[in-house]
This record gives sequence, structure tokens and C-alpha cells, in this order.
Amino acid sequence: MDNPSQLVQYILTGLSNGAIYALIGFGFAIIHNATGILNFAQGEFVMLGGMFTIFILSFLNIPLPMAIVLAIAFSTLVGILFERLAIRPLKNVKPLSLVIITIGASIFIRGAAMLIWGKDTHALPAFSGNEPLYVYGATIMPQHLWIFGITILIIIANKLFFSYSILGKAMRACAYNAYAASLVGIDVKIMVLLSFVVSAAIGSMAGIIIAPLTMTSYDVGIMLGIKGFCAVIIGGMSSGLGTVLGGLLLGLLESLGAGYISASYKDAFAFIILLLILFIRPEGLFKQKETQRV
Amino acid sequence: MLKVESITQIFGGLTALENVSFSVAPHSITGVIGPNGAGKTTLFNIVTGLYTQTEGKVYLGDKNISFFEPEVLARLGLVRTFQNVELFGQMSVLENVMVGLHTKSKSGIFSCAFKLPGQIKEEKRIKEKAYQWLEFTGLADSADVTACNLPFGKGRLLEISRAMAVEPQIILMDEPAAGLNSRETAGLAGLIRKIQELGVTIVLVEHDMELVMDVCESIIVLNLGKKLAHGTPREIQENKAVIAAYLGED
Amino acid sequence: MMIKEKRQIFIFLLFALVVLLVPIFLKGSYFLNVLVFIGINTLLAVALNLLLGYAGQISLGQAAFFGLGAYISGILTTRFPVDPWLALVVAAGCASVLAFVIGFPILKLKGHYLAMATLGFGIIVYIIFNETVDWTGGPSGLSGIPNLRLGPFVFDNDRNNYYLVWMMTLGVMLLSINLSQSRIGRALRAINDSEVAARVMGVNARMMKVQIFTVSAFVSAIAGSLYAHTITFISPASFGFNFSVELLTMVIIGGLGSIYGSFLGATILTMLPEFLRVFRDFDIVIYGLMLILITMFMPAGLIGGIEMSIKIIAEKIKGSAENNA
Repeated sequence: MDNPSQLVQYILTGLSNGAIYALIGFGFAIIHNATGILNFAQGEFVMLGGMFTIFILSFLNIPLPMAIVLAIAFSTLVGILFERLAIRPLKNVKPLSLVIITIGASIFIRGAAMLIWGKDTHALPAFSGNEPLYVYGATIMPQHLWIFGITILIIIANKLFFSYSILGKAMRACAYNAYAASLVGIDVKIMVLLSFVVSAAIGSMAGIIIAPLTMTSYDVGIMLGIKGFCAVIIGGMSSGLGTVLGGLLLGLLESLGAGYISASYKDAFAFIILLLILFIRPEGLFKQKETQRV
Repeated sequence: MLKVESITQIFGGLTALENVSFSVAPHSITGVIGPNGAGKTTLFNIVTGLYTQTEGKVYLGDKNISFFEPEVLARLGLVRTFQNVELFGQMSVLENVMVGLHTKSKSGIFSCAFKLPGQIKEEKRIKEKAYQWLEFTGLADSADVTACNLPFGKGRLLEISRAMAVEPQIILMDEPAAGLNSRETAGLAGLIRKIQELGVTIVLVEHDMELVMDVCESIIVLNLGKKLAHGTPREIQENKAVIAAYLGED
Repeated sequence: MMIKEKRQIFIFLLFALVVLLVPIFLKGSYFLNVLVFIGINTLLAVALNLLLGYAGQISLGQAAFFGLGAYISGILTTRFPVDPWLALVVAAGCASVLAFVIGFPILKLKGHYLAMATLGFGIIVYIIFNETVDWTGGPSGLSGIPNLRLGPFVFDNDRNNYYLVWMMTLGVMLLSINLSQSRIGRALRAINDSEVAARVMGVNARMMKVQIFTVSAFVSAIAGSLYAHTITFISPASFGFNFSVELLTMVIIGGLGSIYGSFLGATILTMLPEFLRVFRDFDIVIYGLMLILITMFMPAGLIGGIEMSIKIIAEKIKGSAENNA
């Protein structure tokens, strides 16, 4: 069935997945820029967002929006605990130790999720029904619109926060030079904690809006995490437009590759793209090459 | 010996070095001085292959070494020490110097794993050689100490021993006296002369003016990325532009 | 220094002797079977330790080389009339060539980037194991892999397999210990401590990293081939990301850079799920917790901790002896 409407369908799926990857990528960039750490556990926040929402809904009889707010709050709490218990106590550690600790945290969170919620796959109800809309013969689920809408909102909020709010500016200052920032009275520790908070919140939001479309389970974090990482690498480790484009590009390539080449190698496409980017342009596609100071 | 030709280095719009040229005579001791931010360490990083310059060339003898990697430069006889002392902290003092003998040995991964006779002999030879270099700098007593447990002053000496083990033609020292007390600095001056006696050319970046004026035969002054002056210690001390730069900065 | 070397040889001989004598005292074949897996996991942990503990380069794709060893061996001996020994050599050779080729671009990366890239590589290989059904049998696995044999002697029971695997493991352990105290071992540890300084001393860091990555893949693939020929059935599930993390945990628990530590880590992580049934559900939670806690509080691993306590006890004994005298 090779026809234009199918192409539109692939593009649509690609864009909505890509939006999610971009949001996950933001999470990576925010923590990385504040601390120099690449948080391997970023994907787990995404998993937690979806899983918390599902289980809050099943235990408490509350409306979806409230469940979402609670789920984001819980995921953020996990982010805070992670930072307080495993990152802050460290002093003068080798970069390798940080890599191992974040990997440890990632599989710990995943394992805990498995113990608490089991190995089953769960579905979150779509935010506004499953009545599809038709555009050029392709079906759009209302959830796609939610994904696009919320992603755009987060991108704008993120931009406003880092460009105009005092807190956002302080975080950026820490990213440039933590020591200088501390000299002008910015509490660097708080900023680091805050970066985990923001990044856990954005990550869990991404997990919540995608859950109705793709289902979720304790182990979705790793794949989503790596794809978000791929997006942020393409975007040159920024929480800006580069990463959004990176995410959309990855989503599109993946979806078209799965549609026209081979569906069973869908995930492999993403990883091949990741390796190619890391090998050829690790500084990102949208960033000018700079000489690094040793 | 070492010739630097019109080096320019730009970091994302910021010019760290601008059209710097000079040459260093064989077997001489040359000092590179200048206020903070003058580009001294950047210059060292370019010469030793850690940075790639935006423009310009570097020659070692007749050889154009402009884009050589540090490991290749070591084989050609160009080594350096670091401002912040880059030791192999988890290894013993002796082992640190033995790494300096890396280019003077050639056992491969296979003969090392199987302890082939050639490797055992070579290992014995480099161990003895490493001891000799420790004796040269006066660190032989600390041979078995783990490097990260060394006091700072001895760490500097270890770095020099390790660099000397490469048997360089030329050694670049980045602030060798920083963090040393006056007794240690005096010892360092003696060591630098001893190294010169072995026929090694020495270039040092240094803030300790007393040391620089004492040991250096020739001094290059950098200011704001440009070469301000090049001459004997006496000429530099009397140079108006240099005095202005230092007083103006301080 | 000579005393240190002699002590090292003594410790190794003692260790080897214990390993060789164990089957005489063990009656049940079940325990021998577990010990065979400890041997294979020790091989894999040592292989990762060469890369991670010596050179300081992380890899989350070790399971891929293990799997390549197993699948190349398995495919060659089930689909073609290839002798299992030849298959083992070919498998190890192919994995090394692949590691050498991808090593150049991949080891340019550092820290988290290296972790992500090796993880990506591991998952791509895992997907290939699952999807090339015609060759690998896909998710349902590949069965009927022949045992290794030496003349009339077939490695088809636990006792024979034990000796087969452990001779290989002891050999690799000895070679790795030798390597650590050599020119190459020092260069690798120098890269681990300060790559810039190592390069200034003339160490070709990039080539050195690629070499040790290749050796690591070579040993992992041998382990994979031994695994395939001893249990005669393989499926992709054994070679996924979780197993790479398990190997990482073994190395960290035992102690970075310690060969006996890798043995200890492999032993603990192989035994726990065998003897503690509850552990099976908790495994990844516990691995995660161990990775965090050991890295935070015991960076030298269990072997480091043991060595430290021996030193303290020895000093106490010495101290009280002096007091008495």
C-alpha cells in the first residue's frame, strides 16, 4: 500500500515521536549544562511519568488532569531524592564514577518500578477520546494534537524560563561558570537540585503524553532515554531549537525507515543515527565547531 | 632548535595569541613571561600539540611540527610539564617515570601478556633507567610511594623526572616554581641548570621573576596575546614597554 | 619489588590449585554446573576489567561481543560442517576485527558519550540477533550446537566442561595480571589517570585504547563460544543490555583493575540468583543499588576492602607483637 496518505501517516507518527524525543533531550541538556553530568537515568523519569499516572488513576478516583499533576510531582520527587542521595554527597569524583552512578540509578529505578508495578504493559486512556480525525487520508488521534500542543507549550515555557526569569538566568550562569556564579551569590547547590527538578518534570510530562499512544511498562525508559539522548546530541546539548529539530529529525527518519525499509529494525535506525552523529559530529549538527579549552 | 612562526590562536572570537614569532637557540634556557592572560600557556599547548592553532607554524629543527600530535612530538624529543602537575596519581613514583620510558621500549601487548624473555629484559632495563632519573632529581627515596601521596614540591620534581626519562631534546616547563617554597625554588634552579648541562634545550613559562632572571639566557615577553619583547634578562629589565605592561596590569 | 612479584606468583598458583582441586571434593554435578558459569562470567568480567579497570574506558556493549562469539560459533557449527575449535577461533577473530574497526571512532568518545555509544552498539547487535531469524533462529534461539572435543574426549559433561572453561579462565587471568605490570599495563593505567600527560610522554593513547578494546572483545567472544558449545543452546535474551550491566556490576563490585576482584564479582553475581530464589526478581534493583553504593563508598571494590582490612589486621598483630616484646 504505497500511497501518499501512508506517507502522511508516517510523517505524523514521526513528528509526534520526535516531539517526545525532543522533550527527553531537553532533560538531558538541562542537567548536563548545570552539572556536566549526562544523566543516564533520564529515560526513567519518562517511564515514571506514565506509570505514576496510570497507577494514581487506578487507586484514586480523581480526574486525569489531577492525576497528571500528582504523577509529575512524584517523578520530580524521585529526581530530588536521586540528586540528594547519590549526586550531592559526592566530592571530587572521577567522571567515570558519575557515569556508573547514573547507570546504577537508572537500573535501580527501573527495577523498583518492576517490583512495584510488575512486568505488564499498561495503557493510559487518551486525554480526549479515541475518535480519529482524518487529514489527507491519514488518521490523526486527538492524542497527537495533545502531544504537539504540550510540546510547543513546554518549549516556549522553557525558553521564557531560561531567558527571562531570575532563576533561569541563575541556572544558565552556573552552566557557564559555577565558581563565578557562586561569587555573585548564586547558590550552586540549589541550582543543581533545580536542574534535576526541571528535568524530571519535563521528562515525566513527556512520558505521560506519549503513554496513551504507545502503552508503557517498567522498561520503556531505556529506549526512550537513548532516543532523547540522540536528539540532544544532534542539537548540540542545548535545550533549544537544535534539540527540537534533532528530535523531529530522528522521529521522522525512524518512522520512515520503519515504514519503507523494515519495521523490525525500527530501533536499530535510531541507534545507527546516534552512532553516526557521535562518530562524525559529536558537537551536534546545528552548532558551530569550537575549539575546546583544556 | 625551536622556531615559532606567526602563531595566531582564536577561541570563538577571542584572540588569545596574535602573530607571535620567535626562535629558541639550541641548549639555551628561554623564559616566557607576561601578565596573566597573556597567552603563555596557550602558546605551550600549541607547541606541544594539545591545541591546533588557527594560523602559523612551529618547527623543531628543520622539521615542520605544526600539526603533530603530542605522542609524536614526544618521540621527536619534545616534552612538557604542566602548571597543575599532571601525575599518574594511582601509580608509584617509579612507575610514573617508567611511563616516561614508554618511547624507549617496544614490547607489544602479546609479549607483555606472555612475559616473553625480551620483555623481561626490557622491563629490567627501564626499571634501572627510571631509578637513575629519580636519582638525578633526588626522588629515589620515594620510588615506591603512590604518586598522589607525594607532597606538592616532590610532585613537581617527579613530573620533571618523568619528562626527562623521555630523553628530550627540548623540555617545556609550565610554571615549574608555582607552589614551591623558596628553598625548593632554589633547588629547582639548580636542577634546571643540570638539565641544560645534559644538552637539553629548556623553555619555561614562569611568574617567579627571580628564578627567570637567574636561570634564563633569553626572555620572551607576551602581553595580551602579542609578543612585546625578546632579549637578555638585562634588556628585558630595561625595556620600557615591558615595564609599562607590568605596571599597567598590576 | 622481587618479593612482590614472587608473592603474586604464589597467590596465582594457590588460586589455580584450588580451582583444579575443587571438582574432586564436589559430588553434585549441579554445583559444578554453576562453577562452569562462574568461569565464563569471570572471563567476561576480566575482559571488561582490562578496558574499564586498566584503561578507564567504559563499555556497555560487552554482551554484544559475548553474543557474537556465541552466535558465530553456533551458526558455523550447526549450519556448516565446521569443527567447533575452528569455529571458536573464527568467532574470536571476527569479534576482534569488528572491535578494532569500530574501536577507532568509538573510543574517541569519553565518559557518558562512550557509554551511550557502546550501549547503542550493543542494542544494534542485539536487534540483529533477534531479527536475522534465518541464521540465528530469532528470539526462539539456536539449538543443537555441538560440544567441543579433543580426540575421543568430548566436553559434554559438567566435569569436563569445568576443566575446559577454567583452564581458559586461569590462562586469561594470568595473562591479564602479567599485562598489568608491564609497559602496556602502565601505559593503560597512565591513560586512566591522565590521558593528556600519557600522550605527552609518547603514549599513543588512541591506539592503546583500541588495542585493549580489541583484546577485550577477543576474550569476550571466546567466552561466548565456550558458552555456546557447553550449553549447546543460545538465544538473544542472554546477550542483551541487562547482561552488559550485570558484567559492569561484577567488575565494580570486585574492584576496578583487580583481576581476582573480577573473579569475586562474577562469583557473587552468578551464585546469588542460583541460591537465593527471591533474588531473581530483585536482581536489577540490587545491581543498581550495588553500583551506586560501591562507587560511592568503596571505590576499590570488595577486593580493595579486603586488602585494606588485611593490612589493618596485620598492623594490629605487628603492633601487639611489638608491645609484647
